[in-house]
Amino acid sequence: MEQQQETVLAFKGLTRRFGGVVALNEFDMELTNGQIVGLIGPNGSGKTTSFNVLTGIYEANGGSIEFLGQDITSWPAQKVYEAGVARTFQRSRLCLELSIFDNIMIGAHKRLNHGFMFNVFKRKALQQQIKENYDEARKLLTIFDPELADKMFEPVGSLRMIDRRRIEICRALISHPRLLLLDEPSAGMTHEETRELMDDILEVREMIDGLSIILVEHEMGMIERVTDKCIVLNFGQKICEGAYREVASNKLVQEAYLGGE
Amino acid sequence: MTQSLKDKLIILLLAALGAAFLVTFIAIEEQAEIFALLVFAGVLIIASAKLGLTDKISQSLSRNERLLNLSSIAAMLVVIFWFHEDHFPLLMIATVLLYVVACCGLNMQFGYTGVVNFAGAAFFGVGCYTAAVLGGTGTPLLLVIALGGVMAAIVGSILIIPVLRTRGHYAAVVTIAFGLLFRTFLEVNDTLGGPQGLPVSGMNLFGWDFNSNIQITENIEFSFYMNYVILALIMVILTFILMRRIERSWIGLNFDAVRLDETAAACYGINIKRWKILSFTLGNFLAGIAGALFAMMLGFIAPSNFAFSDSLILVSIVLLGGMGSIWGTILAAGLVVLLPEKLQVIQEYRFLLYAVVMILILLFRPQGVLPRNLRSYIPGWRG
Ligand SMILES: Nc1ncnc2c1ncn2[C@@H]1O[C@H](COP(=O)(O)OP(=O)(O)O)[C@@H](O)[C@H]1O
Ligand SMILES: [Mg+2]
Repeated sequence: MEQQQETVLAFKGLTRRFGGVVALNEFDMELTNGQIVGLIGPNGSGKTTSFNVLTGIYEANGGSIEFLGQDITSWPAQKVYEAGVARTFQRSRLCLELSIFDNIMIGAHKRLNHGFMFNVFKRKALQQQIKENYDEARKLLTIFDPELADKMFEPVGSLRMIDRRRIEICRALISHPRLLLLDEPSAGMTHEETRELMDDILEVREMIDGLSIILVEHEMGMIERVTDKCIVLNFGQKICEGAYREVASNKLVQEAYLGGE
Repeated sequence: MTQSLKDKLIILLLAALGAAFLVTFIAIEEQAEIFALLVFAGVLIIASAKLGLTDKISQSLSRNERLLNLSSIAAMLVVIFWFHEDHFPLLMIATVLLYVVACCGLNMQFGYTGVVNFAGAAFFGVGCYTAAVLGGTGTPLLLVIALGGVMAAIVGSILIIPVLRTRGHYAAVVTIAFGLLFRTFLEVNDTLGGPQGLPVSGMNLFGWDFNSNIQITENIEFSFYMNYVILALIMVILTFILMRRIERSWIGLNFDAVRLDETAAACYGINIKRWKILSFTLGNFLAGIAGALFAMMLGFIAPSNFAFSDSLILVSIVLLGGMGSIWGTILAAGLVVLLPEKLQVIQEYRFLLYAVVMILILLFRPQGVLPRNLRSYIPGWRG
């Protein structure tokens, strides 16, 4: 039970400005072990920016980020990943000319051996590592789509958008992260496809110990179904936090979505 | 006939055809005949592409990599031994081979990791000058070649900080500036011979003098260039193996990730600087070793050999062959080095023609004449 309450992530007064625009304004939030948090808000309210600051793409202008008890506020992206944060991008960022397998293996970076001697001279050991990782990648991808798993050596650029999103999620999950950041994973999908995708993610969550998720999503049905709590941003500020039902009936939230000032 | 037997026959046939073509192309002198041969080859290639043969052939090739590699080496050896007593053809072949090594270096930088280097000739030149300076000191000459590479890599480290800080066009400008500086430095530096350049002593391997002809029997004498051609071929083979092993490893994957999307790569733990430094250094090393042997073979070097236009030629070989494509680099180096030597028309309008070809390639076939294949980590293995 105690395990359940462990704080995985905490923002304290997190602030990020772009010139005159305050993209994140004194943002506080907390996420505990195994929790799924929905991050919602109108376009331009700072959702993606919070991911970018958390993963070290942008520096914070103020405030702090704590992850698993460590202050990671000014860590570079590589270190944040090593610590156990994996993400997808709102505009899918796969390497289109590389194969599915290559793309997923980029996500497995932290447990591959990158030594020069190992890679160039210990070919047998390297090939062993390649095959082991292939098996795992294939297993993971099979959960999302068995047909895709048969196309491991085809270029990602030849696939449909929805398949690319699945691969991007696999790339994130293969690293066995403690925290998964999903930035509008269902953009461009039908209701049915969105549902399937979320079921698959939940299935994988069972396999990874204590995986927490922050989900940015416009599809409110999905938010209602899977999140433990929701946080609403507007102009970079948190305007409401709580279970989906509370949040949905909040007056401020309704105004924000209707575009009222 | 089984498919695999068919594949093997196709490869052997191609290798024989390639060797025959090369021998004929290098041997004939008459301009009209050379034209006719090129047109014939062009028509043959276009026709087989139209008939869908090239796809089938390339499948056969990729199924039998080992045989392809071995028969290519055999074909090369046939060509080399065909010209065993002719200085000039051997010199041309060795030049092509050393360009292949240097351009593989640029391909590692540009094709794999996306680091542009418009100072290729300068790093080649560092290798040349290393050979010139060390040539008379009694340093074992295989070591001189290695040191040529090491020196090029060290000189390259001057550029690493600006190369890491800048991207795209700016990085290109940085390397162009470096190339120009390098040449100016050579011209004003009297200990390195100034604008007149330096003589280079020839290769001498365990008492075997590379610069005298080899008497085999009473009637057969090999040109001394045979030594250089064989050594250059060995260098190409080793370079090829290195390039292949890097490509088919996690390092190759990291290189690609850095080239294609630095932000996404960083979010997955890939240390951008580490991989750029590695590929830049390895690439310069390859350019340097090629330069060292080249200098020994020519016996004389001068700053004018390392102009910006020479760097451009190296880059154009990479683009023409295809980014990251090793076979492409081999083919393109052959075309770019041999065509102007054989066709006087091209000799005069060389740079104009390069420019036109480059523009056509970038417009109509940006992936190059022999595009790189998708990575297959283990040949023949598909999970
Ligand atoms: N790299 C950037 N440069 C300038 N402004 C930015 C940048 N990234 C985000 N912004 C601004 O920050 C605000 C929040 O953007 P974003 O986080 O992308 O919103 P959301 O993901 O909620 O739609 C917007 O006003 C946007 O224009
Ligand atoms: Mg966004």
